[in-house]
Amino acid sequence: MKGSEISRRGVLVGSSALAISTTFSTKVMSAAPAASAITPQLIEAAKKEGKVVWYTSVDLPLAEKIAKSFEAKFPGVAVRVERTGAERVFQRIGQEYGSNIHAVDVANSSDAAHFIVWKNQGLLEAYVPEDVAKFYPTEHKDPDGMFASFRVWVSIIAYNTNLVKKEEAPKSFADLLDPKWKGKIVKAHPGYSGTIMTATYQMQRDLGWGFFEKLAAQNVMQVQSSADPPKRLALGERAVMADGNEYNIFQISETGGPVAPVYATEGSPLIVGPTGMFKAAPNPNAARLFCNYSFTAECQQLIIDVGGLRSMHPETKEKPGRTPFKQIKVMKDDPAAVEKMSDEIKQHYVKIFRV
Amino acid sequence: MTIALPAQAERRRFGIDISKPVLYVFAAILCVLILLPLSWLLVFSVTDAKGAFTLGNFYRLFTESSFYEPFVTTFILATSSAFICCAVAAPMGWLVARTDLPFASIIRALVTASFVTPPFLGAIAWELLAAPNSGLLNKIARDWFGMAQDEHLFNIYTLPGLIFVISCYTFPYVFVLVANSLDRTPGELEDASSILGGGRWYTARRVTIPLVLPALLAGALVAFLQAMTLFGSPAILALPAGFHTMTTKIWSLFQFPPKPELAAAASLPLLVLTVILLRAEHMILGRRGYSVVGGKYGAPRLIPLHRWRWPAFVLCIVVLLNPVFLPYAALFNAAFSPVASTFLTMQNFTLHNVYFVLFELSAASLALKNTVILGTAAATVGTVIALVIAYVTARQAVTGWRVLGFLATAPIAIPGIVLGVGLFLSYTRPPFVLYGTLWILLIAFVTIALPSAYQQLQAAFRTIHPELEDASRILGATRLRSLWQITAPLLRTGVIATWCFIFVGVMRELSAAIILFTSETKVVSVLIFDLNESGDLGAISVIGLGMLLITFAVVIAVNKIPGFGNVRFRT
Repeated sequence: MKGSEISRRGVLVGSSALAISTTFSTKVMSAAPAASAITPQLIEAAKKEGKVVWYTSVDLPLAEKIAKSFEAKFPGVAVRVERTGAERVFQRIGQEYGSNIHAVDVANSSDAAHFIVWKNQGLLEAYVPEDVAKFYPTEHKDPDGMFASFRVWVSIIAYNTNLVKKEEAPKSFADLLDPKWKGKIVKAHPGYSGTIMTATYQMQRDLGWGFFEKLAAQNVMQVQSSADPPKRLALGERAVMADGNEYNIFQISETGGPVAPVYATEGSPLIVGPTGMFKAAPNPNAARLFCNYSFTAECQQLIIDVGGLRSMHPETKEKPGRTPFKQIKVMKDDPAAVEKMSDEIKQHYVKIFRV
Repeated sequence: MTIALPAQAERRRFGIDISKPVLYVFAAILCVLILLPLSWLLVFSVTDAKGAFTLGNFYRLFTESSFYEPFVTTFILATSSAFICCAVAAPMGWLVARTDLPFASIIRALVTASFVTPPFLGAIAWELLAAPNSGLLNKIARDWFGMAQDEHLFNIYTLPGLIFVISCYTFPYVFVLVANSLDRTPGELEDASSILGGGRWYTARRVTIPLVLPALLAGALVAFLQAMTLFGSPAILALPAGFHTMTTKIWSLFQFPPKPELAAAASLPLLVLTVILLRAEHMILGRRGYSVVGGKYGAPRLIPLHRWRWPAFVLCIVVLLNPVFLPYAALFNAAFSPVASTFLTMQNFTLHNVYFVLFELSAASLALKNTVILGTAAATVGTVIALVIAYVTARQAVTGWRVLGFLATAPIAIPGIVLGVGLFLSYTRPPFVLYGTLWILLIAFVTIALPSAYQQLQAAFRTIHPELEDASRILGATRLRSLWQITAPLLRTGVIATWCFIFVGVMRELSAAIILFTSETKVVSVLIFDLNESGDLGAISVIGLGMLLITFAVVIAVNKIPGFGNVRFRT
């Protein structure tokens, strides 16, 4: 256990981060601070800083749309989106903090385990946006007020409707192992994508590594981001995806793209993407404003309508035509277990898929 | 030449020649630039994760299949690419330089275009063209030949596919070396052979080919090294296919949790191999020196091709379809069609991707700014350093010039990604904390550009006989002054070409940048790689086309500067 914690902190997270972590681990932090609203003073202070740097793993066009909606609401505060896979975001922040570079204001990761690590390292600031305090269910916010679930979705199977008839489409993960899918499957990588890291954990727990060994024998096309398999389906490059973002499938199918989702009978891996701000944020007020805005019903409705994501904000409405979230059979998420097993998962995965 | 020495000794009594100190400063800079990261790599390769001495990294390297398989793959890849490049580029170079091939200058320009095209951009374009199912060429093939939906003509996600794409963007190195060498070979030598009764083939075999052989061998070597150290193309094409090359393997070792020790160990065999190859080249060619440019020779005699003129031209164009026309067309198609794999028509034309890149992509403007700043700075600094070192080694100006020459050539053996890590290790700790600034990228780009810049300028020096400098020095000029007033003007085109070469190189560079960038210091190549990993092919196409426009603008602008003449790239 201890070994994995050290490795998770990483070689490149230098002494400074560790020093902070020991300083703060002695303090007792049992309760979150009081909720903060978006006040005119906060907006003013944010405007003085003029920008906010947002590290996220959400699909780039959507990230930029969220950024633009924030800029439209708070003119004078520009958002710079730093988008890459969640595992890369994690490495990047570790590498930067290890070198005393504090560039990130707000982070949003698709691997909830990252927030456990950052919290343990004492990097996160306790800041509770009003909507989080008022509306968010307990299991979707940190008891110490350092992060909350900005977005929720599932990793799913999907297919290209031009290449596969609905009745012939796979219904379950087990169906993917049928020889007829050999050479026709695309999947993303847990070393890059937090979504796939989380999904791989849940699938190896529920289905066993044997499933992946058989899947690898199907000559899968290996891409990196969990946003990429849906796009490869839309191109017609592969017929079926074994994992990838449900929200990209919604985006593509609702704009006329030839893709359709499948919710596997075994259950679809549940992915939670928290947002939190950093203590050493270079633009702390803009960071607070951005965090606060992220959890408003307005922003949450946007990520549903435009992004195809799910929201834990009870005042949002699901978009008609999509399978309601409650009806989807999901696998259980367990960020603490992912945190402990992530290195092992990556190693095992590389052994099986060779890249 | 011999009288230069006493003159020099006499001169010393009257003034201080500052050339020595200046040269030593450059030597020191070079040592820091190259030795610092290399030493860290060396140290890391024999340490374990806890920092204790071990040889375990090397043991794993040669016993685990996940390590030695990429070695084998890389060797096959590099050898095949070098072979293909020579087979294609040598005849083309000869056609362009020595025959009455129509539109030879256009062919040269197109080769330059393929040279300045970033290989990773070419790889992405070839994904669009020859992905087995969505590739445009495969779609056309299905239409034409009535193939079934899941049949395909080409599959770019294979080792041969990767070899093909790498060759597309490596053959210009061989072409330019061969063509330039043929350009410089005076026709009189061949004429002399003919006059003395040598037939056309005899002349070719005994005169022309031996004269070009050094360039061809050097070209094969450069092609081999390029293919071996390339990162972008394998990362784009090999990973989806499920195999690694050495560079992608090394890169994967820096993914979280990073294993720099293993990566350092994995990079050392590449370094050793390169050193051996460079020594071999030197041994083969070492004793043959040709000072062919010295006076007023006539232009080389062009061989009439007669009825083969146009077939030869068509052949060149067919070759150039692969690195230039087809990929550019695919990028254009992807930039303006709604889905990258859909053929562009008048009806589906969209500016959506252009709008996204210009108005929504918040990282684009910063990346572009960084790239232009770094390109200009690296080109200027790199040219100056390469010029001085090339001078020192060409004229053997200080003791230890061999070491300088070796140091300047050494980075060619270091895959960019490994250099990136070496620099990361070197410049994230005192006394030089540069990570997170543009400086570390500048150092990386200068170091990477140095070998070719140095070789290019050294070749230029070799073609200029030292007698002019000697004359200047006999008349009392210091070494620096004669360098500045005599040699530099003679080298003008070479210097400008080198500047251009480095600038373009910075636009193309991905492998070191991918390790060294931070959110504030992102460059365009990294942005494109990011976008590729999330599958945003439309946005890549727009940025890629923009990048090509900037590159061509720089190349053309430099060509238009009066007095500089037609700049040609040399490696």
